[in-house]
Amino acid sequence: MRNAFAAAITACAAADRRIVLLSGDIGNRLFDAFKDRFPDRFFNCGVAEANMTGMAAGMAMCGLRPFTYTITPFATTRALEQIRVDICCHNVPVVIVGTGSGLSYASLGPTHHSCEDVALLRALPNMTVVCPADAAEVRAAVAAVLQVAGPVYLRLGKKGEPAVHREEPRFVVGKGIVLCEGRSVCLLGMGNMVATALEAATLLEPSGLSARVVSMHSVKPLDEDLLGEVFQRFPIVAVVEEHSRIGGLAGAIAEWLAAQSPRPPGRLLAFATPDAFLEESGSQQDARERFGLTAGAIAERIQQAGGAAC
Amino acid sequence: MNNEVSPPADLEDLKALARKIRGRVVQMSNVARTPHLGSSLSCVDILVAAYWGFLRVDPANPSDPDRDRFILSKGHAATALYATLAHRGFFDPALLDTFNCRGSLLAEHPSFGCVPGVEASTGSLGHGLSLALGMALAQRIQGRKARCFALLSDGECEEGSVWEAAMFASARRIDNAAVIVDDNKWQATGRTDEIMALEPLAEKWRAFGWTAHEVDGHNLAALLRVLAAVPDGSGRPIAVIAHTVKGKGVSFMEDDNNWHYRVPTAEEVRAAHQELGLT
Repeated sequence: MRNAFAAAITACAAADRRIVLLSGDIGNRLFDAFKDRFPDRFFNCGVAEANMTGMAAGMAMCGLRPFTYTITPFATTRALEQIRVDICCHNVPVVIVGTGSGLSYASLGPTHHSCEDVALLRALPNMTVVCPADAAEVRAAVAAVLQVAGPVYLRLGKKGEPAVHREEPRFVVGKGIVLCEGRSVCLLGMGNMVATALEAATLLEPSGLSARVVSMHSVKPLDEDLLGEVFQRFPIVAVVEEHSRIGGLAGAIAEWLAAQSPRPPGRLLAFATPDAFLEESGSQQDARERFGLTAGAIAERIQQAGGAAC
Repeated sequence: MNNEVSPPADLEDLKALARKIRGRVVQMSNVARTPHLGSSLSCVDILVAAYWGFLRVDPANPSDPDRDRFILSKGHAATALYATLAHRGFFDPALLDTFNCRGSLLAEHPSFGCVPGVEASTGSLGHGLSLALGMALAQRIQGRKARCFALLSDGECEEGSVWEAAMFASARRIDNAAVIVDDNKWQATGRTDEIMALEPLAEKWRAFGWTAHEVDGHNLAALLRVLAAVPDGSGRPIAVIAHTVKGKGVSFMEDDNNWHYRVPTAEEVRAAHQELGLT
């Protein structure tokens, strides 16, 4: 996803002279093309995320379209006060880009995990939260968030994520993308877990369960039309995310669901990380196994939850 | 737009204006029952030097993209900013009577765009300098000449983000930005240098690659001299350490930190106005 982001931001910057890229001392070679073409619009802001974020707000207040870019916990929770006051209070169009979100950097330890970022940024007024699923969605998302007049958080994985789209998707902020249709269960994937949701759907097929899979790239605003339909139609709606069960996509949908009257019949199943830090070392795949976030574990729990009765 | 107060011509007029603004600030604190009076009084001369001196701003065109930016990073001195902007003609001084009232545009800390001339929402310390640097870089990218100033308190320099910004500004030679520190030697609950090792403050800015000037923050001529020379041609950003007295202008408030939180009585307002020659 990060290579797709670098290519997309470089392409957009050629057409839009307001675009400025601020990086927190990462992505050095990644942005070589951007730096070559637009040297006056690239700033390596060093290991100083608070200042990077505040400066981005100041630039946006003068009519520019800045993107801040660094590893997710440092782009988000490290600079949360600057995001809240400088960007959200002023309601200016800064795009905060977090790379290596969720458990992407599992092996680097809990300082580099980000399973609380969506919860914290989603709570901020004026903020839009977008979590693209693959490189194609990243390309489309960069163009789409430039149409948003206020602050955006763009949550990326790392690189080499499996493609979930065969062609460039139609990407509208606030609208989920249906990837495959099904009748028995609906899987709502967030960001880098959409590919796993698709795998889980494949695993469910032999047991006679057909699954609709949706890329719910927009956590805020939520696609309430889509939620209204799926909770009416499917007895089980499973949310799959590499984020804490507190405040992420499942949390956001639970808030929405609790406010519905009458309550639709669908049952919400959350596949998310627990309320705990992951202290043991291992790869992203190891971490997902630890937290029951593999396609096999997801398919099994859906079947146990009564999917077989559908 | 109320523009009845035109820019005074000489220093004596500016001093009279500063006394008038101080009187308004004391009155606002009494009427609205708000704290931070000492912090507001200490920066009045800096604001007068800015808005009648070195800032290229036009109250009739407050959104001019080429205007200089002034960010009150020490947002708790909001009354001083409001009174200054009103007297400079950015908005009707009658609005000052609504300060801190329910539904008023004028809250205890300023909000971006609440009235013309307020450039940023401040109140949480350590934000204004980064905003100013972003604005200064935007001028550079857009090919404009405007300069961006941030007024910080001395206690505010305890925020780490200030020094992140300081390092970045000198590395990128952002010489169309400047910092003014209202160095009144006090923070909310005590002497600044007893709480944090802030001194030597000017030397700290120099060590971070800035040109630092130390001036008497109540000497309008001195303030005008150093701040009119931004940028100074050296390529370095400029920090002005303005040595000030908290509660300046009212003898029984000067250098008494109780006036960080105390609200003056009607009798104290009368005494203050008498000292300021406003009765």
